Amino acid sequence: MHKNQEKIREGLKAGLPVAIGYIPIAIAFGLLSRSLGIPSYVSILMSLLIYAGASQFIGINLLILGATAGEIVMTTFILNLRHFLMAASLATRFEENIPINRRAFLAFGITDETFTVASLQTEEKLSGYFLFALNSMAFLSWNIGTWLGLFLAPSLPEIVKASMGIALYAMFIGLLVPCIKKSHQALVVSFFAVIINCLFAWLPFGQHVSNGWSIIAATLLSAALGAVLFPERGVES
Amino acid sequence: MSLVYLVLLMALVTYLPRMLPLVLLQNITLPKYIKCLMSYIPYAALGALVFPGVLQSTGSGHLDSALTGFLVAIILAWFELNLIVVVFGAISGCFLANLFF
Repeated sequence: MHKNQEKIREGLKAGLPVAIGYIPIAIAFGLLSRSLGIPSYVSILMSLLIYAGASQFIGINLLILGATAGEIVMTTFILNLRHFLMAASLATRFEENIPINRRAFLAFGITDETFTVASLQTEEKLSGYFLFALNSMAFLSWNIGTWLGLFLAPSLPEIVKASMGIALYAMFIGLLVPCIKKSHQALVVSFFAVIINCLFAWLPFGQHVSNGWSIIAATLLSAALGAVLFPERGVES
Repeated sequence: MSLVYLVLLMALVTYLPRMLPLVLLQNITLPKYIKCLMSYIPYAALGALVFPGVLQSTGSGHLDSALTGFLVAIILAWFELNLIVVVFGAISGCFLANLFF
């Protein structure tokens, strides 16, 4: 019992930077959806049930542009397919004794941020209690932020709102830089991912590739390359 | 189609990719190469998530503030400061750049 409490505390602590990073993005989502005339209950439902930042932003944008439901659902699917890779990577780290229904429940909380925080933990096996606490922090802050954006934030100065856009990127950088300092494998793999992603973003052929596919392709190709170059699993994060 | 149904469908296609690997990969031993590949995914994903997206993070036409925040984050992260310090440092960097440029 005591050990589980300890894991919950660790999870809450690891979730704090994620929660702080989510608040401004979720506020921005609430603000934007309100200013676009989306009914508030729809934005609230989106944050509760979809719980995926990029999809929600693109979802409301497509809605306003008059896209069909099929197009919106398809875009959402493609955009979140990267979580398939992340969930597969995380699956190898779950403690074996976590029953299947709890795995399915914990899966709902997988985001870019909770995934990276969880997978960079030093323990080889991840406790379900740790993951639950981490996911809950992130989920609560995403939803609280959505409400704030819908009902309070319209009065926030523009310059503050714009500056907060950096928050999640700063968190990713804070996670990545210490890893690539310690491990040249991590450095090479993430460098390749950046290069591939830039090629999709900047070269003419990449203009037909959505952001979601570009991130999936860059992640998969560079991880595969890493496994060819350094097959001895040299990265102990 | 009602908006609620649309949200439910979006929720479904978001949840399935998160859930299926965790439920299906429970009792399967993956080949060594795939296991190794999986272990590199966090670093690959982090790289792809950060760049070049970070350049547009503070809105279009604000490249200078995004670059300032990016650099501040890298410097603070280099010294392995607490993540919260990195996050607030970068936000402050963007804010100051927005004030002065």
